Amino acid sequence: MAVNDSLAALADTAFTGSVVVYSVAVVGFAGEYAFGRRGRVARTSEEQTATAVGGSDRAGTATATAVGSGQRLGALGLGCTVIGAALQVLSLVLRGVATDRVPWGNMFEFACAAVLVTVLSFLWLVWQAPAFRHIGVFVLIPALFVLVYAGLILYAEAEPLVAALRSYWLAIHVAAAITATGIFMLSFVVTVLYLIRQRYERGVIEDGSMPRMIAGLGPRLPAAAVLDRLSYRTVAFAFPIWTFAVIAGAIWAESAWGRFWGWDPKETWALIAWLVYACYLHARATAGWKGVKAARINLLGFFAMTFNFLIVNMVVSGLHSYSGLT
Amino acid sequence: MTETVQRLSTAPEPVGPPRRSASPLVVVRRWWRVLTSMRTALVLLFLLAVAAVPGSLLPQRSLNQGKVSAYYAEHPDLAPVLDRLSMFDVFSSPWFAAIYLLLFVSLIGCVVPRTRMHYRAMRQPPPPVPSRLDRLPQSASLDRDESPAAVADDAAAILRRGHWRVVRRDVGETVELSAEKGYLREIGNLAFHAALVALLFGLAFGKLSGYEGQILVEEGAGFCNTFQQYDTYRNGPFADAGSLTPLCADLDRFSVEYEENLTPSRFLADLTYTRELGGPASAYPLEVNSPLRTDGIRLYLTGHGFSPRFTITYPDGSAFTDISAPFLPEDQSTLASSGAIKLPDRPGGDGTQLAIEGFFVPTAAEFGDNQLVSVDPRPQNPAVAIVVYEGSIGLDSGAAQNVFALDQRQIDRGALERVGAGNLLVGQSLELPDGTEIRFEGYKQWAALQLSHDPGQLTVLVASVVMLLGLLCSLVVRRRRVWLRCRVSDDVVSRPGDPAAGAATGDPAADGDASSRTVVDVGGLARADSGGQGPGSFGSEFAALVQQFSEKDAGKD
Repeated sequence: MAVNDSLAALADTAFTGSVVVYSVAVVGFAGEYAFGRRGRVARTSEEQTATAVGGSDRAGTATATAVGSGQRLGALGLGCTVIGAALQVLSLVLRGVATDRVPWGNMFEFACAAVLVTVLSFLWLVWQAPAFRHIGVFVLIPALFVLVYAGLILYAEAEPLVAALRSYWLAIHVAAAITATGIFMLSFVVTVLYLIRQRYERGVIEDGSMPRMIAGLGPRLPAAAVLDRLSYRTVAFAFPIWTFAVIAGAIWAESAWGRFWGWDPKETWALIAWLVYACYLHARATAGWKGVKAARINLLGFFAMTFNFLIVNMVVSGLHSYSGLT
Repeated sequence: MTETVQRLSTAPEPVGPPRRSASPLVVVRRWWRVLTSMRTALVLLFLLAVAAVPGSLLPQRSLNQGKVSAYYAEHPDLAPVLDRLSMFDVFSSPWFAAIYLLLFVSLIGCVVPRTRMHYRAMRQPPPPVPSRLDRLPQSASLDRDESPAAVADDAAAILRRGHWRVVRRDVGETVELSAEKGYLREIGNLAFHAALVALLFGLAFGKLSGYEGQILVEEGAGFCNTFQQYDTYRNGPFADAGSLTPLCADLDRFSVEYEENLTPSRFLADLTYTRELGGPASAYPLEVNSPLRTDGIRLYLTGHGFSPRFTITYPDGSAFTDISAPFLPEDQSTLASSGAIKLPDRPGGDGTQLAIEGFFVPTAAEFGDNQLVSVDPRPQNPAVAIVVYEGSIGLDSGAAQNVFALDQRQIDRGALERVGAGNLLVGQSLELPDGTEIRFEGYKQWAALQLSHDPGQLTVLVASVVMLLGLLCSLVVRRRRVWLRCRVSDDVVSRPGDPAAGAATGDPAADGDASSRTVVDVGGLARADSGGQGPGSFGSEFAALVQQFSEKDAGKD
């Protein structure tokens, strides 16, 4: 099957477009974060706290009355995020059509698709609770970073798949891995924000000291309890997907490589990440491990995911050598 | 039922280490409690993750013996130390096994008592109504125009339709309902952990009773499933190597299809196989991702390559015809391959042998005296570069030899002497000084096949599916309770006195006599990590229930 070069070129253009539009979104979100009326954001935070404790269904919807420049910037950010995501979808679809296969056959495509999942989960979150728009800048900066890294370092031409990858398990196993990775990334971001906010809350709210250094970001973040709960829920959502990805991978390995588990470095790191996230879920329910300690385990889990993606593909050799890098 | 219920896993209360001066039994029981505590399980889980790291970064014998040897050569001082720590066999090392066995003991020590506990909890009626329902995380109050008994009947019917377990207690005129739901959460949690144990057993059983053999088969040749025939073979201690499942297979043809950019798109090994000697033969197109499965054994296509063919004619006219040996691809993109051909004793000779070291390219681009470059994996212009040796190959010594290379020691010590070299296209010959002619006839393709038997696979698969389902239940289902207290209103005003009754939707048309008015206090409690946010949360479920309670039950039939 020949590759349709003009469609592939169009896919690349859409990719570039998504990077540009996300950059504008970052500016918008950052503008809102910096110049938005402090009271409004803080109020929102408080409402979110109330929501977390009290249990109503929408967080901070009631604050959508004051319209300032900050809010307009935020709306711009959100709009650009939506357009960027649409461009990413377009780019992936075009690549899929150009090569007549699922558009996740190498590292570049995997990274793009995972970022798309992160952005879409963030958008879903904002849909559920509009106040979460305020963490947009912190979601989009890493997303943008990954996309730029993918475009510069991981980029691979649209090419057909090698024979070993021609299986319907590619659609199933890799899609599950991408989904889990994307959501874990969102959870990672939220956990980092939780740790910042936690430090801020402990400093300012408990002994009234001024926030210093990184904790200076704290005042405008959602309450620590909200972030903590969100990071848990994202992991609780992604963990079964990741479990499924590993199981599907084992089923595929059984028919492709002759064994369902062989301690290939990729398999091993998939298990390591799984174990670390299992640790996180258990730690959340263990006295003395809740809060900051559990959050650090969450960070470690995403570290394992990243290591598995980058280092295992590029440095450690194994059977999963489909990076598309030369 | 305090905090343990909320936990994802299964430990009893956290406990400290054993104190001194106790009877041995007490000490054992305390250590048992430490081992089965959540904290220990957490540490073991984490240790397991850490322990797997060296196994992924250092070369492993089970994956690639060659890389371990290379590591030895590169780090002659460090390698033996690492080896003593089983760093090259991490996943079969005693310390790795110790961690996961302890983890599983800890897990079983948790799951068993918790299963018992949950079984009892499921048989027990939901607990009685707390005295202060308004202190619960979810609470509401509403009033209805029927008698408490009728209201309770309604509510009980609604709850039962929603698969709640409902218990009714009559206290005088007041009727109390306790309802509980979401037992599936803990069932899922227990099933997940039990399935993990089953998975480990399936894995162990498969390793102990399974076997695996690898063999290179040239086109036109075949093999039978006996361990002697394999190039490499390993079996678990419970597998009987003497009576493997009978299967013989011949490789009729091997072919590769390529994309325009020379990405291989399809590998196809056309097999003919029989399940018993002399039995009916069947054909099977063996492909990557599509193994032959029969009788609990699986046959895989794992690799391919070329075997150059030669005819060797000695000066006396005697000849070896159609001599070939598989060459190993050194470059997967162009399939440039290297290998060796070890000939039998020279006919009627002095017991010396000829040996050929060679380099095969499927498509030679530049073909000069000393250049041989492969530009295409497809055999369009096959060529070989050979070096011919004469003397003793050294096979008689009994020491195992690499079939893809000559024994360098034999060359170094002069036992094998170089007698000629040349580059040949198909049909060309190299003549040695003694008049022996070596003619390059062409090539055959070979396929690397692997035959595996793992009787634990099905157990592992079923256990994985149960694990996943259990995990979903334990993360999605929420264990929750709802209590209702339906009492005769002591307030003749149409509104109930409770100001906290946000969800109260008393019937405004109520102007019946005061004695039939019922006040319903409702309380709800969800015991799960995820609290009351978002759609599908307990908060919204509770609100919907209260809404239903406040209206006369219409769904009754």
